[in-house]
Amino acid sequence: MSIKQLEESLKSGLIDRRTFIGGALAMGVTLSSASMMASAATNATPNSGGLLKVGFTQGSSSDSLDPATYSNDFMFALGYAVFNNLTEIAPNGSAQPELAEEYEATPDAKTWTFKLRKGILFSNGKTLDATDVLVSISHHMGESSKSAIKPLLSQIEKMYAKDPLTVVFELKVGNADFPFVFTDYHLGIRPAVDGKIDPMTKVGTGGYQLAEFEPGVRAVFKRRKDYWKQGRAHLNTVEMSVIADPAARMSALMTGEVDLIDRPDLKTIHLLKRRPGIKVHTANGTLHYTMPMITQSEQFKDVNVRLAMKYAIDREELVAKVLKGYGVPGNDHPIASSMPYFAKGLEQRSYDPDKAKFYLKKAGMSKFKTSIHTSDAAFSGAVDACLLYSESARKANIDLKVVREPNDGYWSNVWLKKPFCTSYWGGRPTPDLMFSAGYAADAAWNATHWKNPEFNKLLLSARAELDQAKRTEMYADMQSLCRDDGGALIPMFGQYVSAMNERVKMPSQISEMWDLDCQRFIERWWVA
Amino acid sequence: MNNLTKQIGQRLALGVGTLFVVSILIFIGIELLPGDLAQEILGQSATPETVAAFRQELGLDKSPFVRYIDWLGAALQGDFGRSLANGRELSELLSGRLLNTLFLAGFAAIISVPLAILLGLLCAMYRNSWFDRTINTAALTSISLPEFFVAYLLILFLAVQNNVFPALAQVESATSFGDALYRTFLPALTLILVVVAHMMRMTRASIINVLSRPYIEMANLKGLSRWRVIFKHALPNALGPIINVVALNLAYLIVGVVVVEVVFVYPGLGQLLVDSVVKRDIPIVQAVGLFFASTYIVLNLLADILSILTNPRLRHAK
Amino acid sequence: MLVNQLKMIPLSAWFGLVVIFLTAFIALFAPALAPYGETAIVGAQYEPWSDQYWLGTDNLGRDMLSRLIFGARNTVGLALFTTTIAFSLGAFLGILAALKAGWLDMLLSRLIDVLLSVPPLILALMLLAILGPSIPNMVGVIAVIYIAPVFRLARAAAQNIVVLEYVQAAQLRGEGTFWIIRKEVLPNIMSTLIAEFGLRFCFVFLFIAALSFLGLGIQPPTADWGSMVKENATLITFGDYTPLLPAGAIALLAVSINFVVDWMLHKSSGLKD
Repeated sequence: MSIKQLEESLKSGLIDRRTFIGGALAMGVTLSSASMMASAATNATPNSGGLLKVGFTQGSSSDSLDPATYSNDFMFALGYAVFNNLTEIAPNGSAQPELAEEYEATPDAKTWTFKLRKGILFSNGKTLDATDVLVSISHHMGESSKSAIKPLLSQIEKMYAKDPLTVVFELKVGNADFPFVFTDYHLGIRPAVDGKIDPMTKVGTGGYQLAEFEPGVRAVFKRRKDYWKQGRAHLNTVEMSVIADPAARMSALMTGEVDLIDRPDLKTIHLLKRRPGIKVHTANGTLHYTMPMITQSEQFKDVNVRLAMKYAIDREELVAKVLKGYGVPGNDHPIASSMPYFAKGLEQRSYDPDKAKFYLKKAGMSKFKTSIHTSDAAFSGAVDACLLYSESARKANIDLKVVREPNDGYWSNVWLKKPFCTSYWGGRPTPDLMFSAGYAADAAWNATHWKNPEFNKLLLSARAELDQAKRTEMYADMQSLCRDDGGALIPMFGQYVSAMNERVKMPSQISEMWDLDCQRFIERWWVA
Repeated sequence: MNNLTKQIGQRLALGVGTLFVVSILIFIGIELLPGDLAQEILGQSATPETVAAFRQELGLDKSPFVRYIDWLGAALQGDFGRSLANGRELSELLSGRLLNTLFLAGFAAIISVPLAILLGLLCAMYRNSWFDRTINTAALTSISLPEFFVAYLLILFLAVQNNVFPALAQVESATSFGDALYRTFLPALTLILVVVAHMMRMTRASIINVLSRPYIEMANLKGLSRWRVIFKHALPNALGPIINVVALNLAYLIVGVVVVEVVFVYPGLGQLLVDSVVKRDIPIVQAVGLFFASTYIVLNLLADILSILTNPRLRHAK
Repeated sequence: MLVNQLKMIPLSAWFGLVVIFLTAFIALFAPALAPYGETAIVGAQYEPWSDQYWLGTDNLGRDMLSRLIFGARNTVGLALFTTTIAFSLGAFLGILAALKAGWLDMLLSRLIDVLLSVPPLILALMLLAILGPSIPNMVGVIAVIYIAPVFRLARAAAQNIVVLEYVQAAQLRGEGTFWIIRKEVLPNIMSTLIAEFGLRFCFVFLFIAALSFLGLGIQPPTADWGSMVKENATLITFGDYTPLLPAGAIALLAVSINFVVDWMLHKSSGLKD
């Protein structure tokens, strides 16, 4: 028996810890490393049962079960616990089938066929079929839909059920990344009732049933005994509470009133870490902070001015002081290093007041005066980030006035309206989804109004390109265009930070999309 | 007495009128705020198309005037509508939170009002002594700190460092009365620290204000005990301002505690109102706003009546 | 004569006066006194207390002492100004309502009811969102909000006075309203009003801080004590007392002002002990 086999036996429960250590010692392993291996192996073995109490930053008393209106972490986590999607984001960042058993595309990536799993039961006893899938998706389409994912679904020309377990999607143009669309939190599958879904339904195929839900306050989940997915949904009960105040959230963790919190206050996280029995978990991810300059505006229409602004910000300082080191400098394009097709060769832009002056001069100016509109509603620390920026820009002869706007109404008054403001993106799993959502010429959220013909041509051809090498090259070109010509100043990528007591366990690899394992922690994590 | 009954009747009638004015103001206020419910809910992901669809579904595409009249018509029949954001009935949404708000306010009031008045009397009696200075300094320090900060300090000392009380005041309908008192102790204590100083200082000032009046000097000359002079002669004549300050603070305990609710995760009306204003959920803002307005109107009415009843001269004035 | 009067001032009032004058001095000469600029980033974040940074640095690496000094300049004057407006208007209207009674009292009181009916933060949020968040607007909005409680108090205090013989006599004599307010009513309720002023001042301070929480209020990077408490508040959860510095500054000033208020209260009450 090798040490690997021993580990496997321990993980699967064939032998106990004592037998494992005895066996390992016999193979010449020292006691301390044998004991460590035993812990590592048991750590990775999910423990069934128990109660997990979670404190969430987001969540509002106006939250609704209607998936078209999901807009915060609390609802995303709720959705993923109660409902399943056609596909899910695997820990390694790829899309993998969930309710679909398998899917395939025609060579032009225009027609996609999804085969559903057989015999999946909703919590009310109904069996899943193609109609449920079709109505759940069409809830977000069409004239009267208010769903935020509507623009993304408009690429679907036609969808129909070929048989009760097969759904076919015909797209307007080819899209090699199409399966990623269905991982979205809006698209949890609900049962069809009279040809549509009941938006308020609590009936799903997921591992948990919603036992209690008070919007903006709490939700309680109970595990379903007949969950179809193997090796998931370990916890018996999960209680989620909204604890919006960061100090209260951390206090609740320290007093043991909750086991897990998202977004601990970064200002004091070094103190939190010192508390015995508490661990801080970080994951790199797609979350990034942006400062969009509207490229059609009088001040920023010259690319040289935009470049000057990009060189006048001290990214390292921002990461250190605003993110307290929990992040990495951004390179003025929205693709994270963890994402497929990330361009490794692109040089990292850094603070260089002389270069900034040089580009100002190229634009025919010796100094430049502008203002940036911001609010902590854009992201926590946005105002501080702008204040730091203003100080560093001064050395480049740029007089940057920081205008703090009211938190209330920030997204409707400032974002997309002021020539220079602050914003953030939770990110998207693929370059195509990211670029089409925020940088394509006709995208509703093209915050910089950037219309680069070359970029937009590449976007379309890369989408349908199935040759990986060619596709990689195209995405690299697009990242470089975004960096050097685009209007978005992207100073930093943030890490997803959570804090928990030592009981809380998770798989060794977790997803790097969004907070808390892609908000699927409820079915993926467990407690010791 | 008859005069007083008439006055009360008149004030109640005017109170209804005031509520009507308040409802118009709230409506206009929310209308003037940038954005509407559709935009605020969809937030960063709003597109013109989805916003339009959302508006149509909720009837937000109708003119503000028509919407107000619709709301008023229904409200006059006792139907205050339902949440625009999630379609929940107001009765279901409000009942639990209303009780929570009243419970916490009552808890804090029952301790703070007698305490503040007693301390104020003692301070007036032993004015300028060390006792007076110490109590005043302590009280003033506690109101100079922002509420959330007082809350953090209490959590630090009584929950994190010494695990005496829970840091979160999570109550449900199933929580027993005793348990609820225990769980809401820290928020109640925070509120007590915040309101005691105001009432105590004003009691002290009002009493001192009347101590040099001729009738007090007469009483002193008659050789009455200090307590008797303060209780029997000074207090009744100083009650007007004290009653009003108490009323203002009681109203504050019901209306103004949103920060404490947020820090202790206590589901009361304040948090609901803020969430609804942020999301422009007008029916909820109206319902909560009108409840708050009624609270003020009733408390102010009570304060005025009590002022009249406790001052014989006012009672007989025309 | 003057020396004698000065000797009469109790120790607590002395303390209060010294602190108030010191604050005023610091506020006036802030640029000369502060070791660093108000907004300058001079070091790493949260540097400990040292010879270089007497009170350490804040979350962005700005000198805490300099921020406190400039904070005095930015907030104290503003708070004082706002309180004075709210106070004089509220007190005047309150006394007027008590004196005139009848329909004027009814009208003013109901208007005040309306003002009180909307929670202050919500009212400020609506008004500032509509008017735009600038310093003059903020002063105006807070003043309007705080007119209401001052009105209620002044009216209640004045009601006890206006029914007294000498006020009624003055009215019968045909004295003007302002004359009666100034000569008969005001002196008799002054002590209650002064006490309220001292407290209202604290409330205004805290209100400005609460506004910055909503992204309204004083624009950063301007230093103000209330926002400084807010920015560093979470540290207190771990027993780090940095946020107590600006909070302590507010408390010290509040206690001092109220000590002086107590002294004036005592003087105006005419008590001999």
